[in-house]
Amino acid sequence: MSAAPARTLLLWCPDWPVLAAEIVDGVPATDPVAVLHANRVVACSERARAEGVRRGLRKREAQGRCPQLTAVEYDPGRDARAFEPVVAAVEELVAAVEVVRPGACAVAARGPSRYLGGEEAAAERIVEHVAQACAVESQVGIADGVFAAGLAARDGRVVPPGGTPGFLADLPVEALGRPALADLLRRLGVRTLGDFAALPAGDVLARFGFDGALAHRLAAGRDHRPLAVRQPPADLAVTADHDEPLDRVDAAAFAARALAERLHDRLAAHGLACTRLGIEAVTAHGQELHRVWRHDGLLTTAAIADRVRWQLDGWLSGSTGRAGTRPTRPTAGIIRLRLVPDGVVAQAGLQPGLWGETGEDRERAHRALSRVQGILGPEAVVTAVLGGGRSPADQVRLVPWGDERLPARPVPPPWPGRLPPPAPAVVLPDPLAAVVHDAAGEPVEVSARLQVSAEPARLTVGAARPVEIVGWAGPWPVDERWWAPAEARRRARFQVCLADGTALLLAVEAGRWLVEAIYD
Amino acid sequence: MAGRMMVGSAALAGLVRPASAPDPAAGHRVLPVAPELTGLLPNRGLRRGSTIAVATGQPRRSGGTSLVLALLAEASRAGSWCAVVGVPTFGAGAAAELGIALDRLALVPHPGPEWATVIAALIDGVDVVVTAVPAAVTASVANRLAARARQRGSVLVPYGRWDGADVTLQVVRGAWEGLGQGRGRLRRREVTVSARGRGAAARPKEIKVWLPGDGLTRVIPRSAPAVAASATGRSTAGRLRPVVPAAASAPIDPSRRAALALVAPT
Repeated sequence: MSAAPARTLLLWCPDWPVLAAEIVDGVPATDPVAVLHANRVVACSERARAEGVRRGLRKREAQGRCPQLTAVEYDPGRDARAFEPVVAAVEELVAAVEVVRPGACAVAARGPSRYLGGEEAAAERIVEHVAQACAVESQVGIADGVFAAGLAARDGRVVPPGGTPGFLADLPVEALGRPALADLLRRLGVRTLGDFAALPAGDVLARFGFDGALAHRLAAGRDHRPLAVRQPPADLAVTADHDEPLDRVDAAAFAARALAERLHDRLAAHGLACTRLGIEAVTAHGQELHRVWRHDGLLTTAAIADRVRWQLDGWLSGSTGRAGTRPTRPTAGIIRLRLVPDGVVAQAGLQPGLWGETGEDRERAHRALSRVQGILGPEAVVTAVLGGGRSPADQVRLVPWGDERLPARPVPPPWPGRLPPPAPAVVLPDPLAAVVHDAAGEPVEVSARLQVSAEPARLTVGAARPVEIVGWAGPWPVDERWWAPAEARRRARFQVCLADGTALLLAVEAGRWLVEAIYD
Repeated sequence: MAGRMMVGSAALAGLVRPASAPDPAAGHRVLPVAPELTGLLPNRGLRRGSTIAVATGQPRRSGGTSLVLALLAEASRAGSWCAVVGVPTFGAGAAAELGIALDRLALVPHPGPEWATVIAALIDGVDVVVTAVPAAVTASVANRLAARARQRGSVLVPYGRWDGADVTLQVVRGAWEGLGQGRGRLRRREVTVSARGRGAAARPKEIKVWLPGDGLTRVIPRSAPAVAASATGRSTAGRLRPVVPAAASAPIDPSRRAALALVAPT
């Protein structure tokens, strides 16, 4: 305790909540901007300050002083997220960074000042690097202890070693950051930190309590708290370089298996398991291929190896994908493979389901379906997820087995115009063209105002023979996404019942009749 | 401690089963089906290891898909895993309406030339395997798959032409209700299903069911219990109700009796 406080370098970004709003939400920080929390200003931009906006003002007062003020809601998560790149930039130059709060981070000054040639040089270098890497303006203060360094950073000062008590002595008591205590001290006639530090420590503890005693120590420049250093996130990615380019699937699968085992071991060493896996491959010609796989359970070694193999299979054979879902075949063999665990969770053992639904049967079914995926490719085994939508085909999304079951469109909106139950048992992925005639043999048309030209009497699907329509209902109009011209669809639907007992869902779109689904 | 708990719960997973699931220890290796269809099947359910074919009617599209979904519904709801192979036009909305749990239903829309391998792999792990039968399936392949299903205790439901099934179900007639000339909407369909097979199922049977039924129908003609049906039919009977039970003695859960709607006593 007797040792002097550690020399601390503190990087401070002024008005950080405003800058974070610019970085994350795109609110220009050069305009008058105020960040508000509970209707009070917590931070404002330079121009707003010039207009008279101050911390602690109500929203209405601030807007009264500066009518063109942009008000942004305070979001600590946004501040922290935006600060992460700044911390990473500082970590590129110096080790062991403590994030004091979003907008301020501290490092021990001794190492960087020796490495970068003096404290001022280190400060300049760090400010410059942060400005280049993140385009963020910052100031550095160096003093003994984090508290004094934070105050020094506001002026961009380097307090010489041992000069910290003198530097603090002239500052007002408000610098303690404890408004209630500062108010009380001011009414007691104690106006500067020097006056406060001169009080006997025992009396301060008796009168102001533990927090007051801590503030007293800070005011005297005795800030002995060591830095709480941030642990950089562990690098979990595994990479394998191949001198011989891999251009055969079996060789790639062999490499994948070894790599998957390495990744699994590394994750297990950290007590983690992987739910999302990014697979990257670089070919000899420098092409980069990347894909993220999701899995609703935990990815085991075999599952990782399978996914790597499927993906390389798809790339190297460049085929077996339907509808052009696979990328084109690379022009050269793969020389580097990299597995990046994208979503990791703490592995706490497998929790079997309470009622057996997720136990043995599930395991058995998963094994069988994974085998089918191995035979036919991952996209060949799917499960259906019901979502919102107006037509039977829109409501269903087919996700590959093992992926997250997320609907294509959220269910909650009311979806006016969706068809009432029962749903059709056969939904045609590609609607069939059809023609509908009335009793006189004329084609039935539906006008823009949904007037049916005549009662439908006969339906001809493709080249088949015409079938008599015995019952019909409609038109039920759907006008979807008219605000986005590329996706707009305007249709009128009909249900028809044919003489042979079949019931169909028809749609008229741009004057053409289509069979969308069959009530089989 | 955590390890011990894991071991304990893993041991329990083998013993604890859904109350509605068949109990293998008691020898009831039968997956449940909707009570309306029990009369058609020799074991009043999908016996594990059996092959229950659904023949496509004439004309081709006449309720066969709905019948397949109805066969699956109760087993899927009770926790069984199902797979549907070779049906790219599968209507997942209709399946969900009938009560099939979509997260336990795998679809293989395009098995391609590997059809037999895929079916064999699925029989190993999935309780009910529904498959559209490709045009060229030799009798030996069909027999081998049926034997594999028998050995592994899963139910094979071929949809299409299949010789040698234990039971073959077929939709004979289907008539939709609810659609008029320019008004109304499709509400329900009266379907006549026939069953023929071998062994215990050799005697042909025929029943009429609403497939899909209409849980929202307020008025069902000529039937006093129909009022109760409108109140309870939705939650208990789902979308499937018999028009005429196959045999008068067919035991039907009393809670579901209210959902029956007799249309035309034979």
